[in-house]
Amino acid sequence: MSIPLISVANAPALPSGVSAADRVSELQARIHGMQRDRWETGGRAVSGALAGILPDGILRNGVVYTVGNSTSLIMAVLAEAGRDGDWSAVVGLPDFGAEAAIGCGIDLERLVLVPSPGDQWLAVTAALVDALPLVVVHPERTVGDAEAARLGARLRQSGCTLIVAGAWTQAEADLRVTGTRWEGLGSGHGYLSGRDLTVQVSGRNGSGRRRSVMVHLGDLASPGESFPARSTALGDAASTRSSRRRQPAAG
Amino acid sequence: MSAVNRERTIVLWCPDWPVLAARSATQLPTGIPLALIDRGMVFACSPEARHLGVRRGLTVREAQFRCTDLVVLAYDPALDRRAFDPILDGLEEITPGVAVLRPGTCAIRARGPVRYYGGEPAAAQAMLDYLHGAGLTEARVGIADGPFAAEQAARRGLPGPGTAPTVTGRLEPDPGERIQRVRIVPAGESAAFLAPLPVSAVAEAGLGTLLARLGVHTLGQFAALPAQDVHRRFGAAAAQAHARASGREHEEIVPRTPTPVFDRGQDFEPALDRIDQLAFALRSTADAFVQALRERTVVCTAVSILVSTEDSLLTERTWRHPRWFTASDLIDRVRWQLQGDGRADSGLRAGVVRVVFSPDQVDAVANHEDGLWGSGPDERIHHALTRVQGLVGHAGVLTVAIDGGRLLADRQRWLPWGDDPAGSTGNVSARGPGGFGRPWAGSLGGLLPATVFRTAHPVTLVADDGRSPGVDERGTLDGEPRRFAPERSVAGSAGPDLRPVLAWAGPWPVLERWWDTAAGRAVHRLQIVDEGGDAWLLALDDDGWRAEARYD
Repeated sequence: MSIPLISVANAPALPSGVSAADRVSELQARIHGMQRDRWETGGRAVSGALAGILPDGILRNGVVYTVGNSTSLIMAVLAEAGRDGDWSAVVGLPDFGAEAAIGCGIDLERLVLVPSPGDQWLAVTAALVDALPLVVVHPERTVGDAEAARLGARLRQSGCTLIVAGAWTQAEADLRVTGTRWEGLGSGHGYLSGRDLTVQVSGRNGSGRRRSVMVHLGDLASPGESFPARSTALGDAASTRSSRRRQPAAG
Repeated sequence: MSAVNRERTIVLWCPDWPVLAARSATQLPTGIPLALIDRGMVFACSPEARHLGVRRGLTVREAQFRCTDLVVLAYDPALDRRAFDPILDGLEEITPGVAVLRPGTCAIRARGPVRYYGGEPAAAQAMLDYLHGAGLTEARVGIADGPFAAEQAARRGLPGPGTAPTVTGRLEPDPGERIQRVRIVPAGESAAFLAPLPVSAVAEAGLGTLLARLGVHTLGQFAALPAQDVHRRFGAAAAQAHARASGREHEEIVPRTPTPVFDRGQDFEPALDRIDQLAFALRSTADAFVQALRERTVVCTAVSILVSTEDSLLTERTWRHPRWFTASDLIDRVRWQLQGDGRADSGLRAGVVRVVFSPDQVDAVANHEDGLWGSGPDERIHHALTRVQGLVGHAGVLTVAIDGGRLLADRQRWLPWGDDPAGSTGNVSARGPGGFGRPWAGSLGGLLPATVFRTAHPVTLVADDGRSPGVDERGTLDGEPRRFAPERSVAGSAGPDLRPVLAWAGPWPVLERWWDTAAGRAVHRLQIVDEGGDAWLLALDDDGWRAEARYD
């Protein structure tokens, strides 16, 4: 990420340095490519805070991510699919909050929900991953290695990214919210207006480097314009505080 | 002569057709003054109402002022057309080639019937007899050169040059006056017949006013203008009006094509009580249904399926399709209709004796060619979702839209995949004007929760003194919430482990439909953050605190 910036900054002064930097990055990419021990299908570039959370800053195609305990985090990932106009599906989450989804930037016209698939959840998921590029599933039960491998093969074939809200045996990365700081709510006054999440990311099967990232929900909701989003959130909080007794009127 | 003969036209006119149609649909007795309202104005009224001074174009209030016992109904153009269809079917049995000018008025080329019945009066009488038999005692017949002249002849029933031209649809019914039901304008005399009529009969309002300002008041005066000049000065529409006014109409009568019947049904004897048997047996009928539509180059986008069972129950349901129905789609819909929840292993309550497919909406095949479905879901996604619907049932695959409402669960509207957003709710007013984006006083602002419980589940909220805090009449909490557990404590057992409440705000009242005891709702909302880091939206109703949503 820093290499292009440096190269652009130095472009007029050091033309030879540019080519050197380019060459270094190219070589590094080649080394990286040779080092890969498994077939990569590429992925979609994500923007905003998610880029800092996900390994390599991309959402890989054909793999499984697990998102531990946060629907908001799932929505942030789903919004990435909507940005490219892709379809996505949510299986087994009957309490999915559609209005918050809009706030995250999810296109509801391209979102399909199977709220209560019951025992059929694995079959439903398998049918959906063939056609849709992004599927979220909440497993009704733990799946064995064999089933997970079968679904994984299907994912690799179709290039679909599966987000599992729960546990999965062969996940590319595990995202988990470990801490939340709420904004706007006092003891008896205020209004929930924003939140800061601490997201812990661990790599494949928990073996990878474990790191924690602090993100503001406004950044998750509207990446690319994080600063205005944050200032709006703060502005809301301030106005709520100043008029805290002005509560929502009765219908 | 032969050229004129070709233009001879019979026009049948039923006065006050919208009123007749509305009356037959609502089964109002005759003699009650009735007015049909379109966009706040009287569109049509019955003779009784007209007798009391109600006129087309009045406001509803003015009409009700003039006639206090006026029955007011909304004008329904579809009903007009629908009610006219059986009349047309009957007419087509006595003469072919009926063209509908508008509901209540139809034109027939005169040559055939005149030859068959042996003269224009006899043909007119035959049609009039049929219409009288059908209950349209006020119907009139006009025969002239061209549909326009014939229609004017039908409307102006009293023959003779002294007749005061009456404005369309406002003939005063006078029992003492014998209105001649048939008026025949001899061939070649149409122009002379039309000459005294006002120019408003042929021109639309703008042109009519313009012509009146220019001193042209009757059709005769209008027809006297050179056709070329009229075209050059007033345009093509005026030129057509000029041709009509001078009795030289070039409009062809295009007979209507009777609507083909696409309904396909199949009887089962003995009755079938297994879905797989039924699906197998229906396959050929569904194929024939789709094939018959395709031969007409149409596809069916909505179908009504009628299923009769042995216990003489009749279920009908309309199914929509995001694209169009194929034979296997139809069989899927039959399956879902019979199984209810759509699980594959449920049996049937009673044997099925008859299944009928009836197309509800058809569309030209050209509109559904591949590649013209740009904004909608592409075919692969549709197939995958259809497969999932086969697994979990039609209502198991949903799309969601945001509606208006105060409680979060009310704001979400779930629609089965493939259902039409407007059609499936059936209640357009509930979504359109009051929908998403409008201000809903009392709805939640700020951060929106990512988990909205479909059914709010009971929780435990404890104040300092160990009881659950309530809301007094002034709308304030009578105790500060201290501890919280996301489940309800059960009497007798050890309570759930309570977490301290770190922050809270509220209560915010939501009072809805207090005038309606059944649908009324009064809840108080509270936002809390517990020690575990979760934030909750709680609602207090008559049964205590419930979790409406969770911020996670």
